[in-house]
Amino acid sequence: MAEIRLQNLAHSYSKQPTGPEDYAIREMSHIWEQGGAYALLGPSGCGKSTLLNIISGLLSPSEGQVMFDSRVVNDLSPEQRNIAQVFQFPVVYDTMTVFDNLAFPLRNQGMDEKKVQTKVQEIADVLDLQPLLKKKARNLTADEKQKVSMGRGLVRDDVSAILFDEPLTVIDPHLKWKLRRKLKQIHEQFNITMVYVTHDQLEASTFADKIAVMYGGAIVQFGTPRELFEKPQHTFVGYFIGSPGMNLIEVTPQAGGVGFGDVHLPLSVAMQQRIAEKPASSLKIGIRPEFVHVWDGPVDDAMCAEVSHVEDLGTYKILNLRLAGHPLKVRIQEDKPVPEGQAWISFPSQWLMVYADEYLLESGHE
Amino acid sequence: MNNKVQNNKAWWLVLPVFLLVAFSAIIPMMTVVNYSVQDIFDQSSRYFVGTDWFRQVLQDPRLHDSLLRQFIYSACVLLIEIPLGIAIALCMPTKGRWSSLCLIVMTIPLLIPFNVVGTIWQIFGRGDIGLLGYVLNNVGISYNYAANASDAWVTVLIIDVWHWTSLVALLCYSGLRAIPDVYYQAARIDRASSWAVFRHIQLPKMKSVLLIAVMLRFMDSFMIYTEPFVLTGGGPGNSTTFLSQTLTTMALGQFDLGPAAAFSLVYFLIILLVSWVFYTAMTHSEKN
Repeated sequence: MAEIRLQNLAHSYSKQPTGPEDYAIREMSHIWEQGGAYALLGPSGCGKSTLLNIISGLLSPSEGQVMFDSRVVNDLSPEQRNIAQVFQFPVVYDTMTVFDNLAFPLRNQGMDEKKVQTKVQEIADVLDLQPLLKKKARNLTADEKQKVSMGRGLVRDDVSAILFDEPLTVIDPHLKWKLRRKLKQIHEQFNITMVYVTHDQLEASTFADKIAVMYGGAIVQFGTPRELFEKPQHTFVGYFIGSPGMNLIEVTPQAGGVGFGDVHLPLSVAMQQRIAEKPASSLKIGIRPEFVHVWDGPVDDAMCAEVSHVEDLGTYKILNLRLAGHPLKVRIQEDKPVPEGQAWISFPSQWLMVYADEYLLESGHE
Repeated sequence: MNNKVQNNKAWWLVLPVFLLVAFSAIIPMMTVVNYSVQDIFDQSSRYFVGTDWFRQVLQDPRLHDSLLRQFIYSACVLLIEIPLGIAIALCMPTKGRWSSLCLIVMTIPLLIPFNVVGTIWQIFGRGDIGLLGYVLNNVGISYNYAANASDAWVTVLIIDVWHWTSLVALLCYSGLRAIPDVYYQAARIDRASSWAVFRHIQLPKMKSVLLIAVMLRFMDSFMIYTEPFVLTGGGPGNSTTFLSQTLTTMALGQFDLGPAAAFSLVYFLIILLVSWVFYTAMTHSEKN
């Protein structure tokens, strides 16, 4: 049980990093509270596994500190840190039975056999592994194996945290859901800090209370799934979270707001000031496809967009529009009429985000 | 119901393999079978003798001796080479320049022909001009493979270990390299001792290559011929006369083709039987 604190942490795989592009993890400071369920979400190669391995101690960071409850653990190995880690591919000891697999970490600590028995039984109950205890681990299915490798982390009651490195990648979709539920349940029951690495936003948001979105070696936003959805701090978060991702359009500042092509979007005075204060090389507006309002006919401040095509995804439809030459996706309910040829749309001001150099500009009072 | 074309054309595809196996194995072996049940004097006078030769061969004390010697020898070879090969493989560097160098050095003994290996050791072990024999004799250990049976025996064993341990080591090395890193990482997290890592990760993962190694080394050592022949010609006495040499003497020296043929078949069956036992024993433990 521990709070994990990353202080000015950075990591580079090259010996003499010359610029920020040499870093797999760019400098960051971060706190994972004891007992929290966190997800590290990001595309392949964004550094999330590197970060996880640094936390677990399989990798030593080139700069900065990893602290467990204000104790620097940089030089401690995973076993000294008391970390349990579940890997992408299930690791089981083939020749042992499920029982022996679960008992393995305990026996390695020299725990007495009676206690081992009760501990293993307890965990097997939680993970529904009871009927498999006598089976050889080699004969299990992938999801059973993954449960066994989770179980090996859970049996030790001294673990500071359990780290998951895309644990459901090799699991069948219908079992993924079950295992995810199980994980959530375990988290509630044991109150252990859990960090879950994934590139699947659905997995992240069902498992975690808070999600850290990583992009290019940095955590670009750390927040609840809702915050990530409603207020992406970075254009990447907007693009990566949600399906489809946020509409992002390059704009130029204009009197009273911003604009692109012949479209003018009015902004609040505060926001206009912010834009003026902070000259940026790129200015974008972002709006989620869910939040674009589609009118039934022409109304005062609605903009007219061309409808290029419609994707029907069964439970909802995606309108692909062109607004002043820019592609725009709009998500509408299945039962809503699909406008033909032209659509009248508007961007509700509370959902219209402005990004300067990819980072969200906040007007300050809302 | 069944609209599939029914014909036997697919058998033609098996034909090349069938011919190959026929000419390389079945026909030669049948010739041996033919010899083993007849007493042949010349083209016209041949007599069917049934199982006489087999009975004679199975009761021959000379063969019993060399069979026993052969089993002890093969057992020693396996007991030394397998653990030693595993140990070497575990110690070999896993990456970088040193690992390639190690691999090359390990391969060298495997490239040397049998009779050259025999000759190398024959000279190496001599008391007058051989480095090994000379040094041993000078530090007070009496060593003479030409006169002392146990010296000769140990020398033949060492030759085999020197020649073939690399093979076992290389096979194990490849088996070890195939183990994904996460297994070691998981073991570290589970606080496994290095013995536990070996016992529960490395050994199980090496099992299939070890099976190959054990079979190859058993079959090869069971057929050993050249090294003792070059070293001492099977002596001193009969101490290093193994099965294949007894067989050669019988077939080519004494020209007893009938008994020799019967003996070949028995020899073949022993190898087959032992290999089968190894194979089933090692694969059986796979299934619970």
